[in-house]
Parts: sequence; structure tokens; C-alpha cells
Amino acid sequence: MPSSAQDLALTLPHYLVVSGMIFGIGIAVALSKRNAIAVLMGIELMLNAVNLAFLAFSRFGSSFGIASEGNPAAPLAGHVFVVFILTVAAAEAAVALAMAVLVYRRRETVDLDRINLMRW
Amino acid sequence: MSAALDPIRVRVRVTSPRLAVTLGIVLVLFGAASIGIAYVVVSGMLDGHWYDFRDLGLGMAHLREWLNEVNAGQPAALSAFLGDQWISYITGALLGATGILTFFGLLLLILVWVERRLIGRIQVRKGPNRVGPFGLLQPVADALKLIQKEVLIPIGADRFMFYLPPVLVFIPGLLVWAVVPWAPNMNYLDTNVGVIYLIAISSTATLAIFMAGWASNNHYALLGAMRTVAMMISYEIPLSLALLMVVLMTGSMQLSTIVQWQVDHHVWLGMLMPLALFTFFFSSTAELNRTPNDIAEAESEIVAGFHTEYSGMKFGLFYAVELGNAVAVGAFVAAFFLGGWSLFGLETWIPPYLIFAAKAFGGYFVLVWLRGTLPRFRLDQLMSFAWKYLIPISLLQVLLVAIEVTAMRYMHFPDFVELSLVGAANLAFTIFIVRAWATFLGYRPEREQVLKPTMAKQMGGLRAAEEMRTR
Amino acid sequence: MDSIGVIIGFYALAGLTVGAALLVFLVRNLLHAVLALVLAFLGMSGLFITLSADFIAMAQILIYAGAIPVLLVFAVMLTPHASRDNANSLFAPGGLLIGLGFAALFVFVAMATVWPVLDVETLHVQSFAGTVRTIGAALLGDYLLAFELASVLLLAAFVGAVALVREDEA
Repeated sequence: MPSSAQDLALTLPHYLVVSGMIFGIGIAVALSKRNAIAVLMGIELMLNAVNLAFLAFSRFGSSFGIASEGNPAAPLAGHVFVVFILTVAAAEAAVALAMAVLVYRRRETVDLDRINLMRW
Repeated sequence: MSAALDPIRVRVRVTSPRLAVTLGIVLVLFGAASIGIAYVVVSGMLDGHWYDFRDLGLGMAHLREWLNEVNAGQPAALSAFLGDQWISYITGALLGATGILTFFGLLLLILVWVERRLIGRIQVRKGPNRVGPFGLLQPVADALKLIQKEVLIPIGADRFMFYLPPVLVFIPGLLVWAVVPWAPNMNYLDTNVGVIYLIAISSTATLAIFMAGWASNNHYALLGAMRTVAMMISYEIPLSLALLMVVLMTGSMQLSTIVQWQVDHHVWLGMLMPLALFTFFFSSTAELNRTPNDIAEAESEIVAGFHTEYSGMKFGLFYAVELGNAVAVGAFVAAFFLGGWSLFGLETWIPPYLIFAAKAFGGYFVLVWLRGTLPRFRLDQLMSFAWKYLIPISLLQVLLVAIEVTAMRYMHFPDFVELSLVGAANLAFTIFIVRAWATFLGYRPEREQVLKPTMAKQMGGLRAAEEMRTR
Repeated sequence: MDSIGVIIGFYALAGLTVGAALLVFLVRNLLHAVLALVLAFLGMSGLFITLSADFIAMAQILIYAGAIPVLLVFAVMLTPHASRDNANSLFAPGGLLIGLGFAALFVFVAMATVWPVLDVETLHVQSFAGTVRTIGAALLGDYLLAFELASVLLLAAFVGAVALVREDEA
């Protein structure tokens, strides 16, 4: 039985466990769904899990150094990375969905099991 | 009473004068009770303190003192877990939330009448004037009617997704009120990412509207939803650009700081950046689906757009949230561009929150005015206006504002001179760029051929009209 | 140290996020899966707030709850004759195994490693009051090249997307 809120305090592993679980679910969705759009959803979940890990490291980790007069952004390096991941995720979603629409126009389906032109 | 046993006779006729009178009495009693409570609090009969309604902060300070005493008196075992300020936190959160909810509810109650009445006057009719004095109880009658109505679910509709959207639309409509700066130190959530909070929260309504259209299993609803989504994501860009100009100029995303900047510099941002004001206002009408941008529910084209299939109180929720959002837009225009709670020194005499409310309702009145006056845009015109006109012009204006802000950092003239220069430059730029862009894209009103009204059959739709024009 | 509210919030939001992510896998209807995905993203942005990353949390809502789901439902709408179910492919058992394996691996690593974390006092001092200004300065300072590259990438992606789905003029 914890005696105060301090014993329950959140630490880095708490967030990393959540991040790892989301990442695993993302992989499972991306690998096992048949619809191309569902696969994309899995990939977005994975990216999000990575964002969470970045932010958690940025908050709790000591490797970045702490904010100082000369380098106030030192502990926020993780945040900057997340900004880039968000950008890339948006770009990736746009292109991937355009490709899904394109594949649909050619093949009348976005079912990844039936898009097998390259099949040997 | 034998009539009570008869199921048909029991049904409430909402327009009956007896019910209206009863409701009126209830409302009057409620108002009297509120005034009584307010009198007890203000006159000092409650705790010996005198409260001035011009400064709500005094009462809040006393409340906080009292809460601190309560906090100090709690057992140590509790404070070890919950922290020593938890009563203050919870009370503050609940009080603010109650305030916002009450305000929003009262707003929706009165706005239905205000809007219909104003539109009526604009169109030279009387508007609702039957239920209660001046028709003031019309919203209550409307609500009663809507609640009584049967909720129809179309065959083949996705039931789960059909039920969700009215609620989901309501949530962002309520959440945006959190960051509204009513007065100095009087806002619920004074976060330092207020501007981006506003954009983020209002963008989540898009998906709910799309769900509504999709789940209805109705072509008109789906068309309306597609139109809405296309329009909303297009007009989010100029909206964000206009807010970006505000953020660039004031150097903050915190709404209280933005208002404070305008107070400190004795200027309204709308005077400095008329283009940003126009862009924000026009894009907001698109986000709100109001005339001149209400193609999403153009009743002459696609019945009622995404809420075609919604009946009863579900439709009522869509309708209510639209009205609430319109006032929210007025509030944000007031905060960003019209100096918020300030009125050039008058805020020391008039309660600032009343000034702010007056400005917000002024913005709302302009929206109603537009709705009563302007016709509807065509879909393609609306989209091309966003992408070909508003976005490039706003981008150039953002660039100019950035240059001005940088220049102001290096100049050391008095504030008044600098800001006059900035305002003059922006106004000149606005006039020049609108003119130049119109010429550049080939829009010349004097050479535009006026199309004679032709039968739709002969015209063959837009393509034929296009041919007629270019011929 | 965190107050009890943050701790309760963390567990609630973590449960919400993981549950919604599981729903993305389990739900039968593709559009319901999109909704579950949005719920997971919103829970995730709540988790970001417990990490005092206010700007990122708002950007997360803006992009993941506002923009990407709309793109997804648009893609679903633009493929009308494709199936709307969220069915698994032939590789589902393998994919599930790999996902479980990765999750187990990450959870194990997260629990077993001794991370170089800040001590409680430093954490308390570093309250991150207002990350926006710092992130902005960092983006246009130390990370300028990456920032410009990201903007070029965005432009290329959007031009590419438009070019890909463009119908032939006829």
C-alpha cells in the first residue's frame, strides 16, 4: 500500500510500456489487414507510439542535458523530432492515400491480397 | 378530468397560450431567484463583504481565501495523496465549467429567437411574435416541439455512427469557449497555445459532420458532407494564416497576451491588418456553414445537406451548435482583432466582460446581417476563392507582416508612429494586392458578360454556361 | 513529483489509448476503425499533455484528429466498390505474432533497462512552462536544415499526391 502520491509517481518506463504496446498493435494492424487504408492506419499508430517515446525521453531522460541559459532547447530536442515526425506522417498519409485511390482506379480494389501483379 | 384519460387529448400543444404562460411564469421565477441570489451576494448579506459587479475578481479572491482555509484544515493522510490544493483545483474547474455551460445554454435559448427575429426584420417581416411577449418564448416552444418529435432512423443507416455526430459536433462547440478571454484574469483556460488550441479543436468537427452525412445513407446527406469537408479543410488554411499574422504581430499564442498587447499599444489589430480581419471573418463563415458560404446545406440544391435525415432533437443539436459557434466566432473576432475587453480606457468604468460580450454580439450581428443579405456562392466559386485568392494573398500579407515586425524591432520611433506606419502599409498593400490579383487572374467585372436566365434544360448545366460565356 | 490528478489521468488515458488501438484491430467496419483510430490519437494527445508537451499535443489533435482521418475517410469514399470491412489477410496470424513479439520486447526492455533519468528535483525545476517559443527557436536555429528539408518534403508530397490522382483532361 503506497503511503503518498510520491510512491505512485510516473516514471519513464510507464510511458515506454504504453508506447511499446501501441507500437505492437500498430505492427499487428499493418501486417495483418487486407485493406490498404487499414494498413496505413497501422502505420500511423506506429508513428504515434514513436512520438510518445520521444516525448517521454525528452521529459525524463538526462542524456539531453537540462535547460540552461546558452541552450534553452536542450531538453526539447524530442519535441523537435516529433514535429518532424508529424510533418512526415502528414506527407506520407497524403501520398499513400493517393496511391490507394490510383490502385483502385486501375484494379477496382484496394485489397492487398488481390494486388498481385508482381506475383511470380 | 376525463380528458386526462384520453391519450389523444393529453398530447401537449406547444403553441397553446396556457403552456406558454406557465413556462413564462417559470422563467420569470427563475430570473427572480437569480436576481435575488445576485443581490444577496453583491450587497454583502452573505459574508459581510461588499461585492462590486464591475469586478468579479473580488468575489473570487474571497472564495479563494475561504478555500485555502478549507485546504489547510484537511487531514494529512488525504493531502499526502491528493496534494494540498486539490479542493481549490476542483472547485475552480467546476465553477468555470458551470459558468461556461450556463452561458452556452442561455445563449442557445435566446439566440434562436434573436436570429429569427433579426432575419425577419432584415427581410421586412415580423419574425416569430406569437409565443410569449414579442415571441420571446419561441425557443422554448421550438425545443419542446423538437423533443416531442419522433427520431427517425433511415433504413440501412449505420445506427452507431448515426447517433454519434450530434454529440460529437457539440463537444468542440463547447470546448472553444474555454479559451475566450472575457476580461483581465477572467478566462477558463489561459494556455500559452491558445490560438493553436482553437484551430485544433475546431478542426475536429469536420469528421463528425462527415460521419453524419455518411451514416445517413442518403445521397443528399453524403453530398452535403463531402461539400462541407472540402470547404472546411480549404478554409482552415486562410483561417490559420490570418491567426498566424496575429501571432506574428503580438509575439504570443496566449489569448490574454494578445488582448493585452492591443491594450498596451492602444490599437486594435483589425485596424493594423484589415486583410487578416476579413480573411478570418470570411473563412469563419465557411467553417460555420453560414451564408454566403452555406453550400453544405443549400436547401435549394441538396435539401439540408449533412443533416437531411436528422429529426427531432438531433437536428436541434446541429442547429443549436451552429448558432453557438456563430457567437464564438464573434467572440474570437473581438479578442483577436477588435481589442478584446478594452475600449480605449472605458474599461475602467464599464465591466470589461460586458464590453467583450458587446463586441462578440456585434460580430454575431454582422454574421446575421450577412445571412439576411447575401446570396449563396456556387461550390466551385467558393473553392477557387479560397485556393486562388485568399491563400496566396494571405501568404503575401504574412510575409509583409513578418518584415514589418522585424523592422519594428530595429526602429526606435514611438509606438504610435510605428503602428501608424504599419497600418498604412498594410492598408495600401491590401488595396493594391486585391486589385492586382483580380487583374492578374483575369477577373474584370466590367467585361463580364451577364448571363440571361435560361431554362435549366436548355442550358445543360455548368459546362454549357461556361461555353456560353466563352463563346 | 506528479499530483494525483496527473497519475489518474495517465492511467485513464493509457487505458483509453491502448483500448482504442485494439479496437482498430478488432472492429469489423472500416469506418468504425477510423473512429477508433481518432479516439486513440486523442488519448495519445492527452498523454502528451501529461508530459507537459502542450504544443505537440495541440499539433497532434490538429493533424491526427483533424486532417489525417479526413484523408482516410476521403480515401474510403473514393474507392466505392472496394470492400468496407476491416478483414484480416492471410498473413494475420503471422502479423499478430510479430506485433505481440515487438510489444513484449519493448515492454521488457522498458521495464528491465536502467534508464539515465533525471532525478526528481531536476524534473520539478524543469517545468516546461511554455514550450512554443523554445521549439520555434530550435526549429529555426539548430534544426534549420531539417526544417527546410521537411518543408520541401511536404511540398513534394502534396504535388505528388495531386499529380497521382489527377484525372486526364478530356
